[in-house]
Amino acid sequence: MALMPDLLAQFLQMALVLALAPLLTGFVRKLKGRLLRRRGPPVLQPYRDLLRLLRKEVVLAENASWLFRAAPYLIFATTWVAAALVPTFATGLLYSWSADLIAIIALLGSARFLLALAGMDVGTSFGGIGSSREVMIASLAEPAMLLIAFTVALVAGSTQLSTVAAFMGSPEVGLRVSLGMAAIALVMVAIAENARIPVDNPATHLELTMVHEAMVLEYSGRHLAMIEFASHLKLLLYVSLIACLFVPWGLAPHGAGPAAFAAGAAAWIGKLAAGGTLLAVFETAIAKMRVFRVPEFLGAALMLGLLATLLMFVSRSL
Amino acid sequence: MSAITGLLAGIGALLVTALGGIAFGRHAAGRLLVYGTAMLLCSAMAALALAHLLDPAAAPSTAWLPLGLPWQGALFRLDALSAFFAVVIGLGGAVASLFALGYGRHEHAPGRVLPFYPLFLAGMNLVVLADDAFSFLLSWEFMSLSSWALVMAHHQERDNARAGYVYLVMASFGTLALLLCFGLLASASGDYTFGAMRAAAQGSAATLPVLALALLGAGSKAGIVPLHAWLPLAHPAAPSHVSALMSGVMTKVAVYGFIRIAFDLSGEPQWWSGFLVLLVGGATAVLGVLYALMQHDLKRLLAYHTVENIGIIYIGLGLALAFQSNGLPAAAALALTAALFHVFNHSAFKSLLFFGAGAVLAATGERDMERLGGLIHRMPMTAFAFLAGCIAISALPPLNGFVSEWLTFQAILQSPELPQWALKIMVPAVGGLLALSAALAAACFVKAYGIGFLGRPRSDAARDAKEADAFSLTAMFVLAGLCLAAGILPGFVIDALAPAMQALLGERMPLQAGVDWLSIVPVAAGRSSYNGWLVFAFIALSASLAVVIIHRFASHARRRAPAWDCGTPDPDPATQYTAGSFAQPIRRVFGTWIFAAREQVEMPPPGSTAPARHVAVVRDLLWEWLYAPVAGAVAFASGRLNVLQFLTIRRYLALVFLALVSLLLVLAIWP
Repeated sequence: MALMPDLLAQFLQMALVLALAPLLTGFVRKLKGRLLRRRGPPVLQPYRDLLRLLRKEVVLAENASWLFRAAPYLIFATTWVAAALVPTFATGLLYSWSADLIAIIALLGSARFLLALAGMDVGTSFGGIGSSREVMIASLAEPAMLLIAFTVALVAGSTQLSTVAAFMGSPEVGLRVSLGMAAIALVMVAIAENARIPVDNPATHLELTMVHEAMVLEYSGRHLAMIEFASHLKLLLYVSLIACLFVPWGLAPHGAGPAAFAAGAAAWIGKLAAGGTLLAVFETAIAKMRVFRVPEFLGAALMLGLLATLLMFVSRSL
Repeated sequence: MSAITGLLAGIGALLVTALGGIAFGRHAAGRLLVYGTAMLLCSAMAALALAHLLDPAAAPSTAWLPLGLPWQGALFRLDALSAFFAVVIGLGGAVASLFALGYGRHEHAPGRVLPFYPLFLAGMNLVVLADDAFSFLLSWEFMSLSSWALVMAHHQERDNARAGYVYLVMASFGTLALLLCFGLLASASGDYTFGAMRAAAQGSAATLPVLALALLGAGSKAGIVPLHAWLPLAHPAAPSHVSALMSGVMTKVAVYGFIRIAFDLSGEPQWWSGFLVLLVGGATAVLGVLYALMQHDLKRLLAYHTVENIGIIYIGLGLALAFQSNGLPAAAALALTAALFHVFNHSAFKSLLFFGAGAVLAATGERDMERLGGLIHRMPMTAFAFLAGCIAISALPPLNGFVSEWLTFQAILQSPELPQWALKIMVPAVGGLLALSAALAAACFVKAYGIGFLGRPRSDAARDAKEADAFSLTAMFVLAGLCLAAGILPGFVIDALAPAMQALLGERMPLQAGVDWLSIVPVAAGRSSYNGWLVFAFIALSASLAVVIIHRFASHARRRAPAWDCGTPDPDPATQYTAGSFAQPIRRVFGTWIFAAREQVEMPPPGSTAPARHVAVVRDLLWEWLYAPVAGAVAFASGRLNVLQFLTIRRYLALVFLALVSLLLVLAIWP
């Protein structure tokens, strides 16, 4: 049975992303607190929050429909599947061949589509404002993300993340202008997609400035837990994606032994910690921007992505 | 009996059904007779065409009828391309007829719909089977006029007469362009049969006038920007099942016309033809979806969205032309497969969405989204099917819209091989536009679904809506099932399209049937692969897993309470977000330039008790800059020429004399 170890590695990946996602969020929160000279919440606080939410009863708005109740599970599932497709500690996992980078972007798009709909289900003004702004942000972030995908796909000759990561780790990549642009654009998109400062503030509940929090305002109990979990997963996914595209070292190749897997996992956790630290420092150093400045921010990411793709068309070595 | 004879017999039977429509148009039995017969005939024709498409040994089958030009008769031919489009038409027609069996009950003037409906179906089928220019143009006009009659079915309603008029003008313009195009093609061979044109064009290069005229003629019917002006007027004006056919199927017949001319009849494609089509496609995709976002009439939004999808199809066609002209037939096969896959997908989900809009219209009498809301409670089945259509059209996995866009993206990633600089610059830009239109489409359908079906009812009609009837629901669920099936098992569709690629390009996409796990692999396994059913199964599994674990081990208590809304819930449904306010951020980001969108606050004078008003102005600049000047010039000229109607006989005779003398002069001077 050659399938068994592959299957096991895939399940390990799915379990690992699930187990580590809240930790990353907790780590970023703690670090942000320390940087602001607060003690910050404990690193394990997101786990406690999730457990507490799971134990609570759900308070549903009176006219919430089945979509409102089904959406959290679907959002969680789609984000989890997308996270399972990104190489974290190893490439060439069994399931990674069933979808490529474009499909991962589209899966996250499905999750966002459902979340935006869920925000409008109860029929409150805050839900609408959140959904409306979310789709505006997505309408710029998603094309930027696709153009980044084009760039790395043209460099590596594949949209399959495992192949791309393997290529990026090989010496023939070299320094390229287009990859630099794509990296900057990807970081900008990741900030916007994860509702971080300066695009959105995950800590605020000030009604008129929030985007993501406005959409989930009516959620409570286990439903809220699922949505929170999905956003933890999404942050982990983006950090892993940036890591596997631009710092692909330490990834265990397909069929490697447990020792390589352990080394890969250690490298991955190191990368997550580095990514989380950078995010916390960046968020502490910058102020949130007005909603209508966001299109300029994301427009810059879109233009960088377009320029990077264009460079790849002009010359394969740029 | 060969396949083509069967299809022609089906068309004949449809024409006879139209007579039944005239005879029984005013009775309830007429509805059952016409739609029931049309459904059976269309299913049979779709099955026949599908069998021809899937038969590996099938050769093009031809037929001759003693109609049309006296020295030539009417020629018909069924090859793989025609068979594919005949499947799309048959399937669309069958489902639309099924929907109409129930929906037709709400028709207040069935006598204006029933006779023309089978004629329209027959016309579309004739276009894809025609094998000479004369019968092609005749069928094309037949299709246009029968659909015009259906658009005018509710001619008493406001705006419908104008919609019909604009449609008629644009349809005539399109046919004129196609007539000139076929004239140019026939001039090489001196013969109007497609076979002669194909033989004459063999080995020679396509010329710009032919391609431009084909783009104008077929494109005006398909709705490419800037020739789309009639489409969002005419499609929503027709009864909903006809809107579905016009948007989902008739635009595809126009795409067929373009493919037939550009890939088959006009000779070797040139790289600039790819450039031109890509330019048009990219502009159409983005402008179409932006226009759609600005609408709050549900059916008009869907019609504008058809424009966007036509743009996506034309992007695929443009890529195919660019690859084929540079001797890259494998990449061309990928791009053309993507385009044809999108043709199929769009006909499925756009019909589904128009059926949903029709069911809402029948239940509430409203097309204006600002007066809908909360329908997910009153019409749960319709809402579910409509949601499937929304996810499919927004190109989200695991449904079918994603697969065809994914294939188009894969084709774009093949294009650095192209040698021309214009294409090297154009293709990434078009890739960006395609990505932008995909993201905007999702925004557009969050708006359509969120305002129309979610939230609280904004009018009494929406509050008292009733679920649609069983026929309509069956039709919608058949299409939703088709969207899911094509989304999770796309390999079968790609393989079914292969004979058409082989015939047009001499190359096909790799066989997908043998790939492990039913994945699709457009080029090579290391390059890209997608497995729809695995993605679907994993989403379903992990969602069920989450549900089971949480309900088993965590709380499953649930309580209903008033909405939270930051502690200030307002029972008035007017406090919800509206379609206009939902689109406001996008209107601000994209619309200030494209639509000259302005927002102004009109304050009442001091002391007045009148409310302040916030007005958003969105202008259709294309109409103002392109159509209005032409219409103005025509009106001006006809006003001036009107004098000629009221002359005395002396002056008429003088005019005749002058005309004769000047013609003779011209003849004398002509070298």
